[in-house]
Amino acid sequence: MPDKQTFAEVFQSRGLSRRDFLKFCSLTSVSLGLAPSLLPKVVHAMETKPRTPVIWLHGLECTCCTESFIRSSHPIVGDMVMNMISLDYDETLSAAAGHQLEEVRRKIMKEYKGQYILAVEGNIPTKDDGVYCMIGGDSFLNVVKETAADAAAVIAWGACASFGCVQNAKPNPTGAKPVADVIKDKLIVKVPGCPPIAEVMTGVITHVHTFGKLPELDRMGRPKAFYGTRIHDKCYRRAFYDAGMFVRGFDEESTRKGWCLYKMGCKGPTTYNSCSKIQWNKGTSFPIGSGHPCIGCSEPGFWDNGPFYTRLADVSFLGTDTTADKIGMVAVGAAAAGAAAHAAVTAVKKKQHDQE
Amino acid sequence: MAKKIVVDPIPRIEGHLRIEAKMNDANVIEEAYSTGTMWRGIEVILKGRDPRDAWAFAERICGVCTTVHALASVRCVEDALGIEIPANARIIRNLMAATQQTQDHLVHFYHLHALDWVDVVSALKADPAQASAIAQSISPWPKSSPGYFKDLQKRLVAFVESGQLGIFSNGYWGHPAYKLPPEVNLIAVAHYLEALDFQKEIVKIQTVFGGKNPHPNYLVGGMACAIDPNSDTAINIERLNMIKKIIDDTQTFIDQVYIPDLIAIAGFYKEWLYGGGLGNFMSYGDFPETNLNDFKSLLWPRGIILNKDLSTVIDVDPRDATQIKEEIGHSWYTYSQGSEKGLHPWEGETKPNYTGPKPPFEFLDTDKQYSWLKTPRWKEHPVEVGPLARVLVAYAKGDPMIKETVGAVLAKLQVGPEALFSTLGRTAARGIECKQTAGFMGHFYDQLVANVKAGDYKTFNSERWEPSSWPKECKGFGYTEAPRGSLGHWIRIKDEKIDEYQIVVPSTWNASPRDNRGNSGAYEAALKGTPMVDPSKPLEILRTVHSFDPCLACASHLYDMNGNEITRVTIV
Repeated sequence: MPDKQTFAEVFQSRGLSRRDFLKFCSLTSVSLGLAPSLLPKVVHAMETKPRTPVIWLHGLECTCCTESFIRSSHPIVGDMVMNMISLDYDETLSAAAGHQLEEVRRKIMKEYKGQYILAVEGNIPTKDDGVYCMIGGDSFLNVVKETAADAAAVIAWGACASFGCVQNAKPNPTGAKPVADVIKDKLIVKVPGCPPIAEVMTGVITHVHTFGKLPELDRMGRPKAFYGTRIHDKCYRRAFYDAGMFVRGFDEESTRKGWCLYKMGCKGPTTYNSCSKIQWNKGTSFPIGSGHPCIGCSEPGFWDNGPFYTRLADVSFLGTDTTADKIGMVAVGAAAAGAAAHAAVTAVKKKQHDQE
Repeated sequence: MAKKIVVDPIPRIEGHLRIEAKMNDANVIEEAYSTGTMWRGIEVILKGRDPRDAWAFAERICGVCTTVHALASVRCVEDALGIEIPANARIIRNLMAATQQTQDHLVHFYHLHALDWVDVVSALKADPAQASAIAQSISPWPKSSPGYFKDLQKRLVAFVESGQLGIFSNGYWGHPAYKLPPEVNLIAVAHYLEALDFQKEIVKIQTVFGGKNPHPNYLVGGMACAIDPNSDTAINIERLNMIKKIIDDTQTFIDQVYIPDLIAIAGFYKEWLYGGGLGNFMSYGDFPETNLNDFKSLLWPRGIILNKDLSTVIDVDPRDATQIKEEIGHSWYTYSQGSEKGLHPWEGETKPNYTGPKPPFEFLDTDKQYSWLKTPRWKEHPVEVGPLARVLVAYAKGDPMIKETVGAVLAKLQVGPEALFSTLGRTAARGIECKQTAGFMGHFYDQLVANVKAGDYKTFNSERWEPSSWPKECKGFGYTEAPRGSLGHWIRIKDEKIDEYQIVVPSTWNASPRDNRGNSGAYEAALKGTPMVDPSKPLEILRTVHSFDPCLACASHLYDMNGNEITRVTIV
């Protein structure tokens, strides 16, 4: 078994000072949204925890999750892969190829039995013996099952692995399934979004390292720290919603003044994600911030909840949230069977969260 | 006796790719077979949906070359509906596409391709002072002191000694085909990490306009981001300043890090001129200065070059039913009229029909069907697409900027233009193109600022937004030059819904299996004749395949056009 270094040892061995190490811990705490009083705990964790091997598998996907991951600003991904985790298998970044790469996966599974994290990006096609995705001459379906067997935990990256995403949209020709439909006996952390926000992805992993346990999850398996509230609840345009001031067409005066996009089809009111809080690409913007309605990409089945530019509630608005909730008896889209009302969706979702 | 090797999975690409190769006794590749090992069915999923939503589905074909499918998609819908987008929308889209190309090429060179030329472990033996001297001799880039390289080396030593090599586990370190001195390896590793950190800055330009990256938002008819220099929630001077800073930093990084590294590394591999391949090249062209049908206004020109003949550039018309056709003789599909004839995308169909061995398996039967990719051909010619194709078409058409940059790079390397027809030529062309495109970014920025200054804030044309304004039936074609090459989307709209949608992507051109006449695709042709130093460690295969920058999620998105049972989509 290779030596396992703690974060403190890693810093020391790389010629970095204790001060650098503490600064790193402090930044990590901030990125996790922790109170300053918890800093000593972070420091202690970083001093004593070894680097955890991660096997990152790619199925039916577009690699946007990996691309998002490498956009992380805190921690930066160079630190992540050099100093924090041991990303031993990842088709996108690994140097090794072919059977040498498969050898790495088997070695980690054996030497770190029950200790490695399995991260899955993409769907698992289950139709026709899984021939719609094959790796190293085997089906991805078999590879996932084999690799999950001895994993400590499973991270389901993105909308694909969490809930389904685009391959899984109707009519789902490959029988594409999310991880939880195939792996039933493991704890699965779902990190939805198409893709998830970079700092959410690195935050989930850092949480595990720092606190030595998985983050608290909601009923649907998502970390509460990042999926606890609706985009709508923290949206800077919320005041316009409350005031009944809605954009009714792109490139109008109301658009330039940043009024609410609800009537342009914005799914912010039914979407749980950190876009309006952490924002994207180091807080540069988020979809609503750049004038486009949210398409709800972190919600289950969002591809079939369109069309995207159809408002959630096709009725006149009287101006206040209360009123909107009361009268919004309209479909969230085609797949929202039975025309879920804005009010009902809000109430149900809030209740789900409250119960956890 | 011939030997057969399999490389599967091919790492450091997008998607899932397998290469089988036959070698002779001297370990020279005689035949190669390229297999796309996944199929996602996105066009099946697109049928029956609102054409204004298509860009979002199509964009998810690829997250590495994010935006390119969204761009081709809005362009094909606008073409079908007869929508002219405002100048600002065209400029913003050009800027976003240039941003994509620049960031993608940088990531490709350092994170997907460099390890085919750079031996990370060798960097441990480097003399940091010597590395510093070399770095300072090739570039004014400030991070080049002896202390900087010494510190990095210390970190690398500790990393290797920890026994947990992570992404560097089981690489072909020490392979005799690696030729760089330890000091150049150390510089390259430093820049691997710096580029990993820097690439995330470039994409913020897309976030400003599209709200996020990967997968920024597009809009049929223009762009959703409003412009108003007197609003705190639209594109104003702070947003423009941010973009300007990123463009300046990007140009500096490319000029001072990417290009000097490319030349320094290529200088040690000048003898390794394998991987030329087909000698046929195609570019649809991109970056329109007026509109997409005004081909003279394209900053990257369009055309076809056959048999390495740079004296003639042939016109290409993707709308012409006689030019581009997709064949399936070696793909896991059937056509209703028989699999012998190719079909133009307008008439295309796809019925998946897996006839390969049941997994797990050792080898595919490459005499029969062996890939999830179809085989697109231009007038039955296999063609290569991508940076080398674009650079050669521009060069052959006499583009003065490209001629100058190509000339400068070739002169520095002391090689002639024929060296471009190689794996290394492909890699060099990507760097040349990256520099050119980063220059375009500044040009687009200036255009946008000039328009705003003149009081033009328009970003969206609402005339055809409402489906009631659409014709009952129409069809359109949209194209772009994605980082990996020519991308085309063909759409048919009927009764306000997508009736048919078809995509032919760059990696389908490059990674396609044999055609119906037995001719190899671009990867397969490029691998032929390559000598392998150690077939158990097929570094040379990775080199040539990576030089194309494979993107298999794009290539194997394939779908069904003609209403068999898997195309049923229920949309309310």
